[in-house]
Amino acid sequence: MTSAPSRPTPAAANPGTASAAAGAQPARPKPAPPTGTPVRVTGAQSLVRSLEAVGVEIVFGIPGGTILPAYDPLLDSTKVRHVLVRHEQGAGHAATGYAQATGKVGVCMATSGPGATNLVTPLADANMDSVPIVAITGQQSRALIGTDAFQEADICGITIPVTKHNFLVTDPIDIPRTIAEAFHLAGTGRPGPVLVDIPKDVLQEYTSFSWPPELRLPGYRPTTRPHGKQVREAAKLIRAAKRPVLYVGGGVLKADASAELLELAELTGIPVVTTLMARGAFPDSHQQHLGMPGMHGTVPAVGAMQRSDLLVALGARFDDRVTGQLSSFAPDAKIVHADIDPAEISKNRRADVPIVGDCKEIIVELIAAVKAERANGTADLAPWWATLDEWRRTFPLGYEWPEDGTLSPQYVIERIGAIAGPEAIYTAGVGQHQMWAAQHVRYENPRTWLNSGGLGTMGYAVPAAMGAKFGKPDTVVWAIDGDGCFQMTNQELATCAIEGAPIKVAVINNGNLGMVRQWQNLFYAERYSQTDLGTHKHRIPDFTLLAEALGCAGLRCETKDDVDSVIARAMEINDRPVVVDFVVGKDAQVWPMVAAGTGNDEIMAARGIRPLFDEG
Amino acid sequence: MSVHTLSVLVENKPGVLARVAGLFSRRSFNIESLAVGPTEHPDVSRMTIVVAVEDLPLEQVTKQLNKLINVIKIVELEPAVAVQRELLLVKVRADATVRSQVLETVQLFRAKVVDVSPEALTIEATGTADKIEALLRMLEPYGVREMVQSGMVAIGRGPRSITATAVR
Repeated sequence: MTSAPSRPTPAAANPGTASAAAGAQPARPKPAPPTGTPVRVTGAQSLVRSLEAVGVEIVFGIPGGTILPAYDPLLDSTKVRHVLVRHEQGAGHAATGYAQATGKVGVCMATSGPGATNLVTPLADANMDSVPIVAITGQQSRALIGTDAFQEADICGITIPVTKHNFLVTDPIDIPRTIAEAFHLAGTGRPGPVLVDIPKDVLQEYTSFSWPPELRLPGYRPTTRPHGKQVREAAKLIRAAKRPVLYVGGGVLKADASAELLELAELTGIPVVTTLMARGAFPDSHQQHLGMPGMHGTVPAVGAMQRSDLLVALGARFDDRVTGQLSSFAPDAKIVHADIDPAEISKNRRADVPIVGDCKEIIVELIAAVKAERANGTADLAPWWATLDEWRRTFPLGYEWPEDGTLSPQYVIERIGAIAGPEAIYTAGVGQHQMWAAQHVRYENPRTWLNSGGLGTMGYAVPAAMGAKFGKPDTVVWAIDGDGCFQMTNQELATCAIEGAPIKVAVINNGNLGMVRQWQNLFYAERYSQTDLGTHKHRIPDFTLLAEALGCAGLRCETKDDVDSVIARAMEINDRPVVVDFVVGKDAQVWPMVAAGTGNDEIMAARGIRPLFDEG
Repeated sequence: MSVHTLSVLVENKPGVLARVAGLFSRRSFNIESLAVGPTEHPDVSRMTIVVAVEDLPLEQVTKQLNKLINVIKIVELEPAVAVQRELLLVKVRADATVRSQVLETVQLFRAKVVDVSPEALTIEATGTADKIEALLRMLEPYGVREMVQSGMVAIGRGPRSITATAVR
């Protein structure tokens, strides 16, 4: 450490660091006019007031030419804290991490052109995982739009396919209404990202601000109350089913319906699987939990769905990584599909009973309907559980210690989970380490597992952990990252160090793009094309030195004996971020596995071990 | 594959057409024809979209369209209970030797001539897709120099209005 700049602890830094840094004088209180009274302001002031009015606490962003006017009144805001990130992608993922951890709408801000286009990846990421974020971008002045002006990009056109909706504001009078609509759209119905693009001269022009504005969204009426008849139909199927499975997706977390899910599961005794997006929605320690389904799911979870006669899908979308080859997925199962987005229902697999609505309301009504249906008797699930328990005994989730004696990545991740515990928040990048983190950390609480499930964005872990830490400053946040992913976004550690987000990063460093290498090992005759990153061979970069350079503590662990003590040391450092370089073997693989394009019956519990469900 | 006609009420705002067109291309739905125009409500535009899809993909098309925030309402207009029209402007080679024959065809189809020159006639015709196609078949032997055709527009038969309940 060359210098020790004063690093505010997150708790102390949280409210209004920006204004505190601006000077010691007390914050200038703005005379608050009565609600609804228009006041004369610039477009930029109107924007900041609107953000304050919708309850924004924190904005992740980087200023630049066209968004500059907005940064001036932001300096005066006592309610909105701005975190200056190092790359706009970091701002977007931080907003996502914040939103995933807190349930609130995350906010990021960028300038026009490259600033805005750098947000495209996190917007697409949030769109695939239904995360409520609002991106505010500067745009060239109205007269310059369409002239290929400096730093001009048609960001609305670019982001149409990857946002829930977007707006180009052409009149400053529309700013409050547009901001209110953007937050409403992002946070309600099926959540998702919304972009608001504001030309520079719209921010500079004088206008009037009044709150609350009237929303004008005639085409937006999400259905939250489920149809009673459909719920009763579902309850009937549940009563009759002999091999039912509750197929739980991320929608249950978005609807904050974990408590209701637990009640439904215990009421019915039905086994539960939680998808990659739903880890934590149901306690891993619960006897009825079979684990994660899908390509790298547990054998009991995959097998249960394949042999099921009724899948009750709650806020899940029959993603290809869960179903495998669609034509051979759960061939005997009737489908109850509950989702807030009608377009998800029967998109991939035809639903026998579709239920459109908010997952929490659906589960509450389902509980009542199941209770009412009990008068007609219940199915005996004992034979089903006997089968499932047999699978659990025979094919528990596990891993083998590498033959070459190198450190096992699964062991490292398992120990982090055990030591940091179920109250901590875990984020991951994308690849082997992500799957191991989904498998080997025990999740007990909602909103404790954040990852990029749909888009599969490498580099998600560090900025998402930063966002989560700002949202939950008193919670331990571990980013479980790969050496490939970490090199995509680690610059945000500088942000974490300076702005006071002491996250902990475990770099599961196998020196390779591990998941790609695994596929090359299995499907490309061990021809390792462009997967060796040199982080082992050359130790470039040296992650501990990199960590120190970024204002973090840098630790390294290379042997099994050191794992617990290094994790314990990382847990003790809370005045700055910590990066632990876990040097692990490069040949460890993620199992179980359903190879891409094959049916789930082809699941391999481990290399060369096929459970052969079809003989059951 | 069967052909379906969707009447889509959308907010009259810039960029809405791009949202709809982009949705079709990115979900690999094919548009047979598309017509956009104003309605009796200044804030609302109406698109008539003809798609050729099976029933299940059609359900997806409709649901995905409904997800667009600017889409207010979607109604499928069954041909049996709707009036469907296309507009054709076609420039046909018609010198003195064949002009009377061309004009006879025009009359037969209740089309009309909207421009005349010594070598060519420009003909305007409205009708169903079948009628327009039949007319073109009859005119082709004379030599079609240029043609332009609108997308289909359609409206349900009877007194009911699809805009009445959708627009506040």
